[in-house]
Amino acid sequence: MPKDGGIGDSTRRREDIRFLTGAGRYSDDINVHGQTYAHFVRSDVAHGRIRSIDVAGAEAMPGVLKVFTSKDFEGAGGVPCGWLITSRDGTPMQEPKHPILAEGKVRHVGDPIAVVVAETKAQARDAADALEIDIEMLDAACDMKAALEDGAPRVHDDLSSNLCYDWGFVEDNREAVDEAIKAAAHVTTLELVNNRLVANPMEPRVAIGEYNPATDEHTLYTTSQNPHVIRLLMGAFVLNIPEHKLRVVAPDVGGGFGTKIFHYAEEAFVTFAAKALRRPVKWTSSRSEAFMSDAHGRDHVTKIELALDADNNFTALRTTTLANMGAYLSTFAPSVPTWLHGTLMAGNYKTPLIYVNVKAVFTNTVPVDAYRGAGRPEATFQLERVVDKAARELGVSPVELRRQNFITAFPYATPVAVEYDTGNYHATMDKLLELSDYSGFETRATDSKSRGKLRGFGIAHYIEACGIAPSNLVGQLGARAGLYESATVRVNATGSISVMTGSHSHGQGHETTFAQVISEMIGIDASQVDIVHGDTARTPMGMGTYGSRSIAVGGSAMVRAAEKVIAKAKRIAAHLMEASEGDIELKDGQFTIAGTDKSVAWGDVTLAAYVPHNYPLEEIEPGLEETAFYDPANFTYPSGGYGCEVEVDPETGHVKVLAFTAADDFGNVINPMIVDGQVHGGVAQGIGQAMMENCAYDAEGQLISASYMDYAMPRAGDVPMFTVDASCATPCTHNPLGVKGCGEAGAIGSPPAVVNAVIDALQRGGYDVGHIDMPLIPSRVWQAIQDATAAKR
Amino acid sequence: MNDIKMKVNGREVTGSVEGRTLLVEFLRNDLRLTGTHVGCDTSQCGACLVHVDGEVVKACSMFAAEADGREVTTIEGMANADGSLNTIQQAFQDHHGLQCGFCTPGMVMAATTLLRDNPKPSETDIREYLDGNICRCTGYHNIVKAIMAASGQEVDRAALAAE
Ligand code: FES
Ligand code: FES
Repeated sequence: MPKDGGIGDSTRRREDIRFLTGAGRYSDDINVHGQTYAHFVRSDVAHGRIRSIDVAGAEAMPGVLKVFTSKDFEGAGGVPCGWLITSRDGTPMQEPKHPILAEGKVRHVGDPIAVVVAETKAQARDAADALEIDIEMLDAACDMKAALEDGAPRVHDDLSSNLCYDWGFVEDNREAVDEAIKAAAHVTTLELVNNRLVANPMEPRVAIGEYNPATDEHTLYTTSQNPHVIRLLMGAFVLNIPEHKLRVVAPDVGGGFGTKIFHYAEEAFVTFAAKALRRPVKWTSSRSEAFMSDAHGRDHVTKIELALDADNNFTALRTTTLANMGAYLSTFAPSVPTWLHGTLMAGNYKTPLIYVNVKAVFTNTVPVDAYRGAGRPEATFQLERVVDKAARELGVSPVELRRQNFITAFPYATPVAVEYDTGNYHATMDKLLELSDYSGFETRATDSKSRGKLRGFGIAHYIEACGIAPSNLVGQLGARAGLYESATVRVNATGSISVMTGSHSHGQGHETTFAQVISEMIGIDASQVDIVHGDTARTPMGMGTYGSRSIAVGGSAMVRAAEKVIAKAKRIAAHLMEASEGDIELKDGQFTIAGTDKSVAWGDVTLAAYVPHNYPLEEIEPGLEETAFYDPANFTYPSGGYGCEVEVDPETGHVKVLAFTAADDFGNVINPMIVDGQVHGGVAQGIGQAMMENCAYDAEGQLISASYMDYAMPRAGDVPMFTVDASCATPCTHNPLGVKGCGEAGAIGSPPAVVNAVIDALQRGGYDVGHIDMPLIPSRVWQAIQDATAAKR
Repeated sequence: MNDIKMKVNGREVTGSVEGRTLLVEFLRNDLRLTGTHVGCDTSQCGACLVHVDGEVVKACSMFAAEADGREVTTIEGMANADGSLNTIQQAFQDHHGLQCGFCTPGMVMAATTLLRDNPKPSETDIREYLDGNICRCTGYHNIVKAIMAASGQEVDRAALAAE
């Protein structure tokens, strides 16, 4: 049994009290004295040349302080990109300038052209209507294939084409993979689309800039997952503000899912304008604005080929992908289809030869970057779809084909550069089959049939790589950042503790789980521990929260700092008890001399550290506060088996998701209740991608899914109750807590499970459908049924 | 400008608003009751739900002037008199029915009228009632569980699946 409030306990979340009573403090809840309001005027065409902007009329409107255009930003840097990818031929990717406000051209619907700053929101909006902007429309490059053709409209006139990079991985395997595919007994080929999504955290983005001329200090309040990264990028590369003069605060943040990682032009704008106007400037995104200004996710077009020998062993895998970058490179965009995607292509399988080719393409669309899973859902989707298709073509069970090819010996070095430390894929498969009552499926299918419905069961097995690291390796791969995490453990004189972490919580519950770890290590009540995050003035330089890294990297940094604290406290305790340091044990908040009943309490030691009267000052400094930076030796590799059961109405093509089961291996778990919740949310997003969500552009580059009227978000009635289990734990071998991370798994493993289930249902109904692209809306499923019926005739 | 007067969380308040000022803007900006959130601009997400004369209303789709003379309750008015969480709020905490907390005020306001009108709702009843409330974090599983629990019903999975 875990102890109350310790590791493994489903401790209730302390942050819930403020959220449940309306006392949360989200960015838009913050109002700074004297603040003004910014309204962004955005392009309503996908591609155009700005002939003129006349601001005079707007500036004369009531309450308007100023209208800003790109002219005001001459000398400022562009919004930087944090990852450099090198093409197969050794050349660096094409990296266009990403101005804060459009310079000369607009390149996507939503590209900001001008900003009105006024005394009230309404005045700013009214004045925006009075702006005169003349834009010459240009043909847009929207479809990726067409954008790569000669003569295609050029998104950036100063680049040689719309190709950002052409990446091959592992390039040395290329020929061997080609040979193996030629020599294979069977090759299964699948062409598919990973649909473009919008992350849609429920809290829209907000940025508030404040400037204090007396001290020359800037403060930015922003809806960010990583305030230190924003401070570094914006300070050093965009506005040239030294970090000690720039404070970035990301208070309560209402969900992120990746799209709040990136540095956005609006953050730089309000920071800049607050100094220019000597007034605080606030911007709150509307939802419609979010659809055209938050970085989108996914948007891959892929062909994958899986080669098998005569005994159904996987012998080689080749995949070719076009990845949409949108009009500019968002902060981590280039890394998503490459290092976060190619390195995961082995999945759970011992395929010896793998080659991944990715061409990243500029188009006249909103920039695309990481969204929950980032690259790993794209890898998992194509792999788990092609494995399922291969099983069908070969007439073997999808369960058995997977089992036969599972990696079983760890550590396992994949042919795509990563080494899995632990895992047990048969165990998660067993657990999945048990919890989903797989053996009872045929009975349920018969029942569905009697009602004229087609029931299907789909499986997907995923591998994740979390806590991307170590820094020196990712530096070689093109990262322009370190990927460590930091923590300061500050023990107060009376024994209570403040932990300042570089991680950030925007729904994950760090304030509760991080305190559980400290409570367990020291043996004091969790109520004595506070977790501080989200403010560069209060926390050490840290990289924030994304990629399911918080507990694996941020938690590890905190453990290291707490270990230093405990080591020092033991020395103090040894002095107080006149014992030798090596004999001191810490348990339940008491320091004891091993083998005796002599002890001194945690609070006595901490008090001695700050009131060092009886204290070995010549040997030990007073105080009890330690900082650690933790740079992991490797990624962590969560994995799991997901199962989805659906019912298809062959008359209408309507699909109902009846049940969803997740058997995950997250290593050790700090708070099972929170971990289950992370999986629920991820699975719902994955079901959303598979069943209804789609960010759509028309041929002219108009964004046609630009509000909740047109972009289908999963609602309560669209998902079933979930069965989730994390009992198949193989602890991570290289971090102190043995944890792996759980934030993205649900969104990674679920889309292929859903699509596999629908294809299974159709096949069982006698419709020979090989694939349907997501989202599986009724019209697409119905069309596939019609096509299969016509083909049979 | 219109002078308006209403009761918010039991307290008389007055204000002067433009005709176009939304109730949610009045609550958030004039009264600084920032627990009521804005998640969309098409009346689709439910983050802004409040009660007006006891019925759920999307505060983004009502003008402040329309609430003149009426009684409004927001999330800030939901806790017990001693400040502790009420039954529904407590069930949300006990069953982890929230993550980022942004949709939560709207969810609690919706759950309150649901349970008033339908004290023992089924899983399907709950899911249908929440059709106007989007949550991006929880996948709804624990919200459904929390509302079930607040209604005094069993919340283990077998009970839910049995219906
Ligand atoms: S803000 Fe009112 S429904 Fe979305
Ligand atoms: S808890 Fe984040 S949107 Fe519901």
